[in-house]
Amino acid sequence: MAAAPSTSPLAPLPPALADAVRDDASLRRFLHGLPGVDQVGVEQRAAGLATRSIKKAAKMWAIDTAISMVDLTTLEGADTAGKVRSLAAKARRPDPDRPDVPRVAAVCVYPDMVATAKAGLEGTGVHVASVATAFPSGRSIMPVKLADTRHAVEQGADEIDMVIDRGAFLSGDYGAVFDEIKQVKEACGDAHLKVILETGELATYDNVRRASWLALLAGGDFIKTSTGKVSPAATLPVTHVMLQAVRDWRDLTGELRGVKPAGGIRSTKDAIKYLVAVHEVAGPEWLTADLFRFGASTLLNDLLMQRRTQLDGHYSGPDYVTVD
Amino acid sequence: MSQLWEYAPAPESRDIANLKPSYKMFVDGKFVEGSGEPLKTINPGTEEVLAEVSTASPSDVDTAVKAARRAYDRVWGRMAGTERAKYIYRIARLIQERSRELAVLESLDNGKPIKESRDVDVPTAAAHFFYHAGWADKLPYAGYGPDPRPLGVAGQVIPWNFPLLMAAWKIAPALATGNTVVLKPAETTPLTALVLAEIIQQADLPPGVVNILPGAGDIGAALVEHADVDKIAFTGSTEVGKLIQRQLAGTGKKLTLELGGKAANIVFDDAPIDQAVEGIVNGIFFNQGHVCCAGSRLLLQESIAEEFLEKLRVRVSTLRVGDPLDKNTDVGAINSREQLTRIQELTAAGEAEGAERWTSSCPLPDKGFYFAPTVFSGVSQAMRIAREEIFGPVLSVLTFRTPDEAVAKANNTPYGLSAGIWTDKGSRILWAAQKMRAGVVWANTFNRFDPTAPFGGYQESGFGREGGRAGLEAYLDV
Amino acid sequence: MSENRISLGKTETRIPVAKTYKLYIGGKFPRSESARSYPVTDSKGAFLANAAQGSRKDARDAVSAARKAFAGWSGATAYNRGQVLYRVAEVLEGRREQFAAEVSAAEGVGAKKAQALVDTAIDRWVWYAGWTDKIAAVLGSSNPVAGPYFSFSTPEPTGVVAVLAPQQSSLLGLISVVAPVIASGNTAVVVTSQDRPLPAITLSEVLATSDLPGGVVNLLTGRTAEIAPWLASHADVNALDLTGAPEAIRGDLERAAAGTVKRVLRVRGGEDFGREPDIGRLRAYLETKTVWHPMGV
Repeated sequence: MAAAPSTSPLAPLPPALADAVRDDASLRRFLHGLPGVDQVGVEQRAAGLATRSIKKAAKMWAIDTAISMVDLTTLEGADTAGKVRSLAAKARRPDPDRPDVPRVAAVCVYPDMVATAKAGLEGTGVHVASVATAFPSGRSIMPVKLADTRHAVEQGADEIDMVIDRGAFLSGDYGAVFDEIKQVKEACGDAHLKVILETGELATYDNVRRASWLALLAGGDFIKTSTGKVSPAATLPVTHVMLQAVRDWRDLTGELRGVKPAGGIRSTKDAIKYLVAVHEVAGPEWLTADLFRFGASTLLNDLLMQRRTQLDGHYSGPDYVTVD
Repeated sequence: MSQLWEYAPAPESRDIANLKPSYKMFVDGKFVEGSGEPLKTINPGTEEVLAEVSTASPSDVDTAVKAARRAYDRVWGRMAGTERAKYIYRIARLIQERSRELAVLESLDNGKPIKESRDVDVPTAAAHFFYHAGWADKLPYAGYGPDPRPLGVAGQVIPWNFPLLMAAWKIAPALATGNTVVLKPAETTPLTALVLAEIIQQADLPPGVVNILPGAGDIGAALVEHADVDKIAFTGSTEVGKLIQRQLAGTGKKLTLELGGKAANIVFDDAPIDQAVEGIVNGIFFNQGHVCCAGSRLLLQESIAEEFLEKLRVRVSTLRVGDPLDKNTDVGAINSREQLTRIQELTAAGEAEGAERWTSSCPLPDKGFYFAPTVFSGVSQAMRIAREEIFGPVLSVLTFRTPDEAVAKANNTPYGLSAGIWTDKGSRILWAAQKMRAGVVWANTFNRFDPTAPFGGYQESGFGREGGRAGLEAYLDV
Repeated sequence: MSENRISLGKTETRIPVAKTYKLYIGGKFPRSESARSYPVTDSKGAFLANAAQGSRKDARDAVSAARKAFAGWSGATAYNRGQVLYRVAEVLEGRREQFAAEVSAAEGVGAKKAQALVDTAIDRWVWYAGWTDKIAAVLGSSNPVAGPYFSFSTPEPTGVVAVLAPQQSSLLGLISVVAPVIASGNTAVVVTSQDRPLPAITLSEVLATSDLPGGVVNLLTGRTAEIAPWLASHADVNALDLTGAPEAIRGDLERAAAGTVKRVLRVRGGEDFGREPDIGRLRAYLETKTVWHPMGV
């Protein structure tokens, strides 16, 4: 997996956007000046695009691409070093019988499991991603969140998945959220920052769009839908709105930023719908693990089963892929 | 993963259409050979012949009208609404049961993408029968008096752009109100109407209640002229609509017309831009732009015009044009060579008149009638592409500075079928909706159809409504 | 004139001031631009007055006055239109006797019958005045569409309506065809009864003094068969009422109306205007507009 180009924390914004982050009032004006999102329209477009029928070689390509985009995730209170090691093994070689299967993009764990994951992935190119900043609620004080982040980075995390303070966002304190992201970004050093918006708590697409821009302005390398701990987690229309944000960001700045839907994407069919959205909403250049990820745990096995079905010409079964 | 992702072809199987080598007209409950010259209906996506269809002659029109009259006098006009309703419900269910067959057949004969025939045309056709079935025994509550009476025999002439759906729009309300029907489908798209005739047979409707006569314009004219027809319903071009209105002058026959349009889609600077882009695309490229209510004029507020146009072009370039049966096709085939020629002629006029043409670089199939999605900018009201109905995947973009100017430009046409408004400001939506001289106003959406919502035009887009309580008037003696 | 001498006592008589009957266009009372007039007689053939013989150019002016008035009248609140129309009835009431005399003279009916016709006409006007703010509720609808949309349909005035008023019923018939046109917000160009135009002209004086904006109703006296074809073919006329059309040209008028797809009301003039009407005439000049909007957060 090629390393995604990290956004320099001090990369200067184009004048229009620099103006947007001058102070709290400017930021608020900018975010509220973004075009609205019509719920029915975006859901209809998402549903319409989801009827694309991807067959044969295109499907094979999609399956392999999706595998390469998986952030194989375990974020349970019951996580152990053993569990994480086994997940790392799975990430290294997703289908032991088929060495041609691509590796996944990353293994995503809690900060205290980063070292274990790192050891298990040594030399594979598979990244270690760590959630941080008092994941999943984000309800802690800033020093704790920063310490959480630094710890994960020190342990070797290549990517940090932070959560934003949804309470601050929903109460209109955009400046606080902006500062928080900026500080975490700085704490990340060379690690890539994914900013989890927890769209299920933001409730409206307008908020998702604003939060997306806020995260992009503050330097997030990726915008990520969800922690997976809140329902609804990732949905297609939410992902559409976020893909529109990175597309518009590219149009304004020339920079490519990534999107990561997480939670609830369990089947190959679903994953392909997301890839179609990436392809047709953001554009083909986003069809890479550098710019699009799936935060998932069970998705990988379904991708592997479907891959076998495609290659073998008959349906596969869950006993033919490994449960880790 | 750097290679481009090309979607593999995903064609729906054409076998589902149960295509037969030949089709007959449906008169008095039976499929019979017409005495007109048989026509060959072609697949506009490939130009291959699909089937031979027998057509009616003027004497067949007479036979069909007589059958309809008999059925009206003896059975249908006297039947209790509760019983009529059950027949119509049956039709709705049979359409649902045979929906995929109808969808594939429609796409073969018409050229529209399978996803549209499958997701829009066929389900909406079934919905029209389902909705109107319920009216059959509730007419005293429709607001046309305590016992509104049917008119008798309805002659119906429908276009090729939504062959099955238009048949449903016409037949369902006519039957619900107690009329019998002689319907002429369009010359280039007779097949689904004839499968609907099979469905009507399967539903065991009394013979003569619905008669379906394929044929060309002369058969439509013979039907319009027939002395024993009580009502004419026509959907098609304004030009032919005027001819029919003239032809019926002084006869006392009831007439409803659903004609052409040149709808404006107004985008204000505070619009939900991404959904507006989608709506504009849907408004003009849905069904290859073969839609009388298509949003064929885009009016952009100048402050966002350039940015919006750029987004629109990017979006339009992702439209997949090609095999109508491919489930991933967004824009299918133009229905006929004749229509393709007309579109080419009008776009050439647009260029000659100085509008700036942008055409999607999407690949087009080698065979069949196709036209790449095209957007003209720098269009002025005086140009033909701003005034004439192109009936194809061609959008004309104009700009405005103030809401009043937008409304004035939108209304500056003899047509008045539909209009679109895109803005996040509620009061402006209602203001503009009220100012629009159009029968259907879509705000922050476009091309929505439902049997409960009356549809029809102002001015030269015709008169009478289809759908809803208002639509019943067209088939009642009130 | 029937009462051209008024007894002022035993010997003296006063010569009444005779009225010049003119057209009513855009709220003004012009003579015909053609400067023509024609004699109007009572039912027994006695001369009553000269009426202006409207021309095609008068018709054209009337249409443009009606078009000009349309935005304001259709945009007025229904409550306001109702009050204006009710005001018309009030002013009509004040001229009951004058109208009775004119209807009696025009239609050759006795004083009692004439008075009854006038009273019915006034009541008819009140009936329609009350519809202005109710017709939308009766004909409109909220459409329960199968999707996340709010959809409603509302009746809207068709535009400029050319009305060929009934030839026989000079006031009641006239009011029965004009009131439904304007109640819903249309504006009207009316060709009055050709041979019985005087009550119509007096009605125009009522309209002019009843807060009705100029141009909402325009009245043309003259030869119906001469004026009607120009209205039927006029591209800025949206609907045509054939009630008073001469039988011989009804087909031609309909054909001309087809040129711009006009709505044509094909009722014949023989209807009994004394009967309480239904809302058919209101419906005839209303377009149904359906509006859709998504429902979302």
